[in-house]
Amino acid sequence: MKRTFVSRWLILALAAVVPPAALAQGSSATVIQNATILTVTKGTIEKGSILIRDGKIAEVGKNVRVPAGATVIDASGQYVMPGIIDAHSHIAVDGGVNEGSIAVSAMVGIEDVIDPEDIDIYRDLAGGVTSANVLHGSANPIGGKNAVIKLRWGKDARGLLFEGAPPGIKFALGENPKRSNFTPPPGTPRRYPATRMGVMDVVRQAFTEAREYRKKWQQYNQRKAAGEKNLIPPRRDLKLDTLVEVLEGKRLVHAHCYRADEILQLIRLAEEFGFKIASFQHVLEGYKVAKEIAAHGAGASTFSDWWAYKVEAYDAIPYNAALMTQKGVVVSINSDSAEEARHLNQEAAKTMKYGGLSETEALKLVTLNPARQLAVAHRVGSIEVGKDADLVIYDKHPLSVYAVAQKVLIDGQVYFDREKDIARRAEIEKEKKALLEKEKKKDEKKEEKKPEEKKPAPKPAVDQKEMQ
Amino acid sequence: MKSAHRKILTLIGLGLGIAALVSPPVFGQGAQRVYAIRGAKIYTLAGPSIDAGTVVVRDGKIAAVGKNVSVPDGAQVIDGTGLQVYPGLFDSVSNLGLTEIGAVSATVDINELGDYNPHLVAATAVHPASEHIPVARANGITHAVSVPGGGVISGQGSLIHLSGWTIEEMAIQPSVAMILNWPSMQTRSFDFATFSVHERPFSQAKKEYEEKVAKLEDWLGAARHYAQAAEKGSAANFERDLKLEALARVVRGQLSLLIMANDDRDIKNAVEFTEKHKLKMILAGGAKAWKVKDLLKAKNIPVILRPTQTLPSEEDDPYDKPFTNAGELHAAGIKIAFATFDSPDSRTLPYEAANAVPYGLPWEEAVKAITLYPAQILGVADRLGTIEVGKIANLIVTDGDPLRIQTQVKYLFIKGQLTSTDNRHRQLYEKYRARP
Repeated sequence: MKRTFVSRWLILALAAVVPPAALAQGSSATVIQNATILTVTKGTIEKGSILIRDGKIAEVGKNVRVPAGATVIDASGQYVMPGIIDAHSHIAVDGGVNEGSIAVSAMVGIEDVIDPEDIDIYRDLAGGVTSANVLHGSANPIGGKNAVIKLRWGKDARGLLFEGAPPGIKFALGENPKRSNFTPPPGTPRRYPATRMGVMDVVRQAFTEAREYRKKWQQYNQRKAAGEKNLIPPRRDLKLDTLVEVLEGKRLVHAHCYRADEILQLIRLAEEFGFKIASFQHVLEGYKVAKEIAAHGAGASTFSDWWAYKVEAYDAIPYNAALMTQKGVVVSINSDSAEEARHLNQEAAKTMKYGGLSETEALKLVTLNPARQLAVAHRVGSIEVGKDADLVIYDKHPLSVYAVAQKVLIDGQVYFDREKDIARRAEIEKEKKALLEKEKKKDEKKEEKKPEEKKPAPKPAVDQKEMQ
Repeated sequence: MKSAHRKILTLIGLGLGIAALVSPPVFGQGAQRVYAIRGAKIYTLAGPSIDAGTVVVRDGKIAAVGKNVSVPDGAQVIDGTGLQVYPGLFDSVSNLGLTEIGAVSATVDINELGDYNPHLVAATAVHPASEHIPVARANGITHAVSVPGGGVISGQGSLIHLSGWTIEEMAIQPSVAMILNWPSMQTRSFDFATFSVHERPFSQAKKEYEEKVAKLEDWLGAARHYAQAAEKGSAANFERDLKLEALARVVRGQLSLLIMANDDRDIKNAVEFTEKHKLKMILAGGAKAWKVKDLLKAKNIPVILRPTQTLPSEEDDPYDKPFTNAGELHAAGIKIAFATFDSPDSRTLPYEAANAVPYGLPWEEAVKAITLYPAQILGVADRLGTIEVGKIANLIVTDGDPLRIQTQVKYLFIKGQLTSTDNRHRQLYEKYRARP
């Protein structure tokens, strides 16, 4: 008995003298110190710290102890908020975002065409975006599957995927799917639908088919389970498979829409088929039917202040987000633009001016609320113990137009560091000059200059090795 | 009895007459009023700011400004305690009044057909009842230049107040600059028909560019001849050419040439061209002006910058290039202004300026870049751009820094009249907020 006790203590004692270097090498602990922490769900902590372990938020508070070997980020005088989540993005896509040749393209998916070298990933990351809902376009009443990504600049296509994020699909109503603002190329017939009636019909037909398809498979599976032999399975249809996922609540519907009436039409249709719309996108007239959107339980993801570019955007108002919020809708503000995504913190701030939302309510529009709309709020969207360490450090309050993101962390790793980005510019400039000189010399030998060669994709500003 | 009766009638008549003199004028009818904004922090932009100062507005102009200015009798007094006064914001390149719904061509009057339309004037098509106008002025934009687009020479930009029942009431200067889109030497273009990128050899792009420039030179040459012929006195059968007449003002140096160019090579070519032809150039756009700042400084070319909230031009440009551009140009001694180049987004003008501040442009310069500097660049600083006696009373009274997103415009003066900030958006907000 006594011997075992002593040997156990010996082992513990030995463990205590393991050199710190060994700990540091395997250490994945980071502490962000001395910042104003905007948790979004649990108030603001002045001069607070965040302990990150293994990519997760381990501790948040005023007195966080720094474990041995932890990387310390001194954020004195700075602000930390949850990483911004862009609920409507088209970055990181190779080629077009619209399989527009057909009105229902539920079989196609953005995951198949993720482009990890799109520089807009880096640019949006530098603007504080850590996750994005990369969507199919709005060419079709029922579009393709989405891909929820984290902006882990430097990783490959698979490495960008937000593992565990529930799958989604894009729907679109109004002018875009009915193609009323485009003239087809000469000789090309116009594709159905051409009216809002047709748009709803496409959705209704598709789900009618999907319901029957589901029934056929259920019947087949039942009979097979009952032991029947020589059954012929129904024909597999990848498009209808996707729609059955919607019917079964396994795939989130993100529906692009503008006008109040079409929003209500889709709510009624969804309820008729027994599913819920996860989020209305753009939803610029959402403020007119906020009551119905809230009752249905859909989220609304909208622009801060764009309007007047189409007829259906003419009644858009910058008070949309605030008014819907005040009427009980879970609202997010999105970008639908690689450029807009660089300053979603500022777009959120506009709801304080237009509609009087509070600071926390405004911050929620680009953090917790889009997380809820994407059903990843258990993982991201606020600074709470147990959530992913997706964080942005700003030099000023993020709702200030003057705030500049200094560092952006995803899963506890620094993916954007403004200081390091600036420090590397001289080197990149030199490399570019050298490459151009080389090209010039090559061309001087020829008469006609070839079109400029594609320059190599820039290296990530933060060396991946440094983070190990 | 009779004389007393008459006296009473006279008194009543006088009373009514006096009442008519002091009764408030119908809103927007052009009546003169006297206002005093008292006790506010005044950013005149013509010297240090004045704490707890007063501005007096009379007959559409700034009548007095200072710390110890007396409030005239009969003035409508605005309590400026805790508020700030600035010159009205100036969107110096916009499409205000020329477009209502971008996708509906019936509502868009920006691009006429043809490449050379120097005689067309934006003011001709400005729609005073455009909903974009009250929306823009609600965030402090009091005046703007509306510009036509398309082709090589699009037409003349018009300086307008963002208030008025008719274009005559709105127009400050219907012809304030000639708009030219510098022919860009591009090897890469996007073909919408096939939805693909189309590449052509540089030699071909260069040849087409040279042809366009040669054509431009022909036009200028014709304008010069026309100007000479017109000066020699009109012959009985002298045929007026409206296009050449308009261009003649440019070649005579009476009208600035506002050249839209973003690429550094285009900017350089444009500067060399205007120098060769002795034309007054204003650069508009200027995304890569930072690359040729020495040239711009040497030739004293002012730059009206396109929005800071744009993506960098090149894939390998620093990610913050559009934000640092303004600061770099300013540090090099170049006069800059910001503009939205838009209509529905004109209200975001102060934020375009604000986004340059953390990246090297001092705050006061950013404010001047959307008030005083565009006025100077367009040659109208004698009338606009600062809060000084004699200038047009286009003013904003805010509850804070106008570049700050959360700031509200509390009072708005255009042509010395207190103008409502109500607009379509606020009306829709109130309407649907009240939905049971």
